[in-house]
Formats: sequence, C-alpha cells, structure tokens
Amino acid sequence: MALLEVNNLDVRFAVRGGDLTALRGISFSLDKGERLGLVGESGAGKSVAAFSILNLIAQPGYIAGGQILFEGKDLAAMSERELRKIRGNRIAMIFQDPMMTLNPVLTIGTQMVEAIKAHRRISSKDARAIAVDKLRKVQIPSPEKRLDQYPHELSGGMRQRVIIAIALLLDPEIIIADEPTTALDVTIQAEIMALLLDLCEQENVALMLITHDLGVVSQVSQRMLVMYSGRIIEQGPTREIINDAQHPYTQGLINALPQMGEPGARLFQIPGAMPSLKNVPSGCPFNPRCSFATDECRRTMPEYVRAGNVSVACYEVERLIAQEQQVREVTP
Amino acid sequence: MSASPLVDIRDLEKKFDLSGGFLEQISFKNGRFQRKQEAVHAINGVSLQVFKGEALCVVGESGCGKSTVARTIMGLLSPTAGEVHYEGKRIDTLEGKALLPYRRKMQMIFQNPYASLNPRMTIQQTLEEPVHFHHPKWRKADVLNKVQEVMQSVGIDPDWGSRFGHEFSGGQRQRIAIARALAVDPEFIVADEPISALDVSIQAQVLNLMMDAQESRNLTYLFITHDLAVVEHFGTRVAVMYLGRVCELAPTKALFAAPRHPYTQALLSAIPRLEDGRPNYIRLQGEVPTPVNLPSGCVFHGRCPYANDRCRQEIPELFATDDGGQVACHGVEEGRL
Repeated sequence: MALLEVNNLDVRFAVRGGDLTALRGISFSLDKGERLGLVGESGAGKSVAAFSILNLIAQPGYIAGGQILFEGKDLAAMSERELRKIRGNRIAMIFQDPMMTLNPVLTIGTQMVEAIKAHRRISSKDARAIAVDKLRKVQIPSPEKRLDQYPHELSGGMRQRVIIAIALLLDPEIIIADEPTTALDVTIQAEIMALLLDLCEQENVALMLITHDLGVVSQVSQRMLVMYSGRIIEQGPTREIINDAQHPYTQGLINALPQMGEPGARLFQIPGAMPSLKNVPSGCPFNPRCSFATDECRRTMPEYVRAGNVSVACYEVERLIAQEQQVREVTP
Repeated sequence: MSASPLVDIRDLEKKFDLSGGFLEQISFKNGRFQRKQEAVHAINGVSLQVFKGEALCVVGESGCGKSTVARTIMGLLSPTAGEVHYEGKRIDTLEGKALLPYRRKMQMIFQNPYASLNPRMTIQQTLEEPVHFHHPKWRKADVLNKVQEVMQSVGIDPDWGSRFGHEFSGGQRQRIAIARALAVDPEFIVADEPISALDVSIQAQVLNLMMDAQESRNLTYLFITHDLAVVEHFGTRVAVMYLGRVCELAPTKALFAAPRHPYTQALLSAIPRLEDGRPNYIRLQGEVPTPVNLPSGCVFHGRCPYANDRCRQEIPELFATDDGGQVACHGVEEGRL
C-alpha cells in the first residue's frame, strides 16, 4: 500500500455565479521515501493540490469528491481534531516565502519549541534539544545562538533552512514543499535543494515538491506529475518524461526552456495562455493551444493511456499508440 | 561591432544613504557625541559599453546592483560618481528640455507588468501618452496609427484598446509594456527582469517578441536578469555583477563555454539543468556580504575558495583575456586559475 494515495480528487471553489472546478479527478500515489515532483504553470492547480492533501483548502474552496488516503485513512473525511494530529506531525509543509511562514515577533526557538510541544508531551528543555539537533541537520552554524534570534536577523537562505528544520522537527513521513526555492537566488536555491534532497534520503522521508522549474524537478524527483488547468495530464518517472515527453503541453513546456534552444534562435513557444477557471474549454483543456487538436479533443476529455511507464491524457498519444500497434501487427 | 559605443558608462558609483537626518546620525557613547553615517554601496565603479545592435545582459544575484545600473543609465537615479554617455554625449548631468530627446531614444521595460501599467488608464491611453508627449505636433490620426502599429507588432489586437490593464493576463500585460516602450521608436531599451514574473511558456513568447523587435527595429538592449539560462539564449555579451562590481564581462558563447571568474563558475553550475539527475553545483562558502560594509580587496574573497592575501587587500581590475572577455580576478591574472 502506498503511503499516500489520492483518488479522483475534485476541489471546487464556491463563488458567485456557480462553482469553479480547481482540481478535476486528480489521482496519484506517493510511496515511503519517494520524491515526487508536481509541475505546472501558475493557475494549473499545483498549490491547491498541495493544500487539499492536508485539507487546508480554505473557504470558499472545498473538496467536492474523491479520497486522500494517508496510511489507509481518508484525510478528506477526517475531523479537524484528527487532522491536527497529522498536520505538521506526520505530514509537514514548506511554503514558498520564508518571511511569511515565520512569525516575525517570536524567536526561532519559541516557534520550534511550540511546534514540538503541540504534538508531544515533552519538557521545554528536551524540545530545545530537538530543535538544536534539527537546526544542525540543516547546516545552520551555531544553532544554539540562532534559537534566540528573530527571523529578520537571518538571511533568506538561512530562513528557508529554519523552515526545513521546523518541517523535520517531528520526523514526518511526508514533506510537501510548495515552491521552496522560488524566492531565493540561484546559488542559494541549489544549496537548499541539495540539502532537502539529502535530508529526505537520509531520513527516508517522502517529498512532494511543487515547482514551476523543470530543471529542479529533474534534479530532485524520481517521479513527476504535470498539471494543466486543474488536471494531471501526464505522470510517470521523471527521467522518462524529461527525455521523451508524451503530452504536447509537456513537450512544449520543455522545449520553451531557453536551455533547450539554439542560442540566439527563436524559442519554441506555445501559443496563447492557460484558460482561466471561469472558462475552461470543453474537451481537453489544452485543445485551443494544441497543434494536434481534433474535433474529438474539442468534444470530450481524454482518458489516461499508458505509454511505457508514463500515463498520459491525450488523444494524439492514443492515436500514435494505435498506429504503432497496427504497424506491429502488419510486420510481425 | 562599431568602434564607438552607443551607451558608455564610466566608473559609475551609486550610494544610498542609510543614516537618515542629522539628529539620527548623532549618538552619545562613552561620554562623547559621535556622528555615524552609513550608506549602501550599490554600485562601486562599474564601466560598461553597449554597442549598437547588441544585447548586453547584466546578471547577478539580488543585491548585486544590476537594477541600480539600469536605473542610473536611464536617469531615474543620479550617480554618486561617474559618467553616463549616450552617443558620445554626457547625459547624466543634463536636465529638463535638454534630456528630452534622450528620454525618447532610451526606453525601459520593468519587471512587474502588474505594477508598471496604470490601472486607471485604458491600453489606448497608456500607449498614446508617450507618443503625445514626445511628438506634440503629431495629428490625432498619426498617433492612432502609431499605437495600432505597435499593438499589432506585439500581438495585441488593436480592438482591445479600450480595455484596462487588469483585463489582460501577465504575458499580455508585458506585451503592452513592450508596446509602450516601442511606441516612441527608441534606439535603446533597458529591460529590467522583463520575464521573471512570467510563466515558462509565456517567457518564451515574450523573449521571442523582444528578439523580433530587435531585428525589425534595429534595437539595442541592456537586459537585466538573474536567469542565466535566458542569458545564454538572448545575450550577445554578458556582464556578471557581484556586490556592485563587474567581475566578468565576455561574449556569451565564451562565457558559457569557459567561465573564468570563480563566481561566474559557481553561478553557472547552480543552474538546474534538465539533464542533471541530482543537484550538481560548486558550493560557495557563506553568503553575500552586506553592501553597507564592503569587504576590502576583491569583494568576492570571503567566499572564494582560491582567495589569497593579495585578494584580501587589493581590488582586482578588469583585464582582457585571450578569449575576448574581461575578468576581474587576481587568480586568473596570475595564472593560478
């Protein structure tokens, strides 16, 4: 059994003039110690997916259907009380902006001790010892001194390290990291990503990394999901998708990267922009921007098909697979 | 490359005073009054030349002074020391009417298209304003024509002119911001992180648009960015900045093939590449020091694995290397690196 299994998750936002569907039939699983990358552009629903796993979707958003099974128990159906035992304890979350996550008027130590004592009956002294140990793990120099400092006394990179230390405090099974390095400089980003990867491997923690940066996903994750307009359109082993993407959107996303193009030449561009949730086109949501779109694509949403180890929702891929099979039947 | 540069900045320095008013500077310590003045040394002696038709990229991490360079060239900030020349004429000392023709020739594109478009003006008004301002004698029809022409060239339907900025997506807004810059037929465009706020697929669209405009309008760019992958694609030459100084300046190809300065090497290695299976980068010690108290000698010495006594004392100057670039590093100069 997978550690975390999300089945057919639907998340909607109740707004004036009807519900907006932010997530549509999301299904994926996460094994113990596995690192999963979740990629997509802004508005694709990556963060909504992350938040809804912990049932943190705030009004007017709500989980309209589906299951989020963590060790067999459905988080979507759990009471607030039970959820509180899991949040931060078994499943920890790292957010994008460390300055928004840390409380500016409390010292690092107070915040860390508070988090431990919320979940464990433990003396403040022991909690402090755990905090120091975790700060050392994230390679913060002189951790004892840092405990008495305020967040504004630390640099951006240091703050994000503290956030990672807080996420690790209670030895969680899963860490969900929502764009953890987006606010940081490249050199700091590389350090933080390497640190996160090492820690997850050492402690056998599963990582769900949400990012828009395909390079980061490629370096850190073993499997990846690509989201578009609230749907997972492709998922499978990271290397396979990066080297041979199936869905036209994933292909476009990879080819649009400047590092893929010939220097100085025009970049590959996907025309148009992601539709807003208010007017998602019928059929495949990508069809208005897709060069392979047919009437079928405009009418109905494609189901998932397997291409190797990758699962893709695209009629064009389906057609290609069918063609290949025909060829194989003709030439034995 | 032509011999005389279009834009030439010489020994530019910019300090931002932090110490506040006179009374705030005074403190009473050990029985004596002391006056303390502090300043952020945003740029410390930067000389750059931008040649006609090229795209000079300035890269560096936050706080390295790249945006300050851009703003100082544009005249949005006045330099503490140093000179800015445009086509051989010194412009940082000009004021008012004398500066006007240069304001037309030099245009700027900002990072955040959500902030750089006036929310209370329609797109038509936004685009007409600079044309009216710089060509007060033009007839209404001419202005309209111009606006339509730039809207078409950036891929915005001229019929959308009566809409407001908020009705457009981020990529479209950045196109409008580009259209506004192009509306007065500039020669030189300073783009300060124009694609950082955009999604990957939209970034490609905007970059392509900027490259097309460069070709069709014979533009010269100064492109400020922190994204090295973009630089590799877009730039003719690259200037790498660290703590207000240029540490390496080289043709893009040469820089990416063989970075010379230790900081450039670390910066390049930190780009997450698709072909990597793991983070794979040169680790730097420590963090960027504060620009309030600059380190002595080479500003990079505290984090440089190759620093020696000379690096700690003597500030390295840019010198020409054999592959057509310039590096400010004692180690490279001495042949240690």
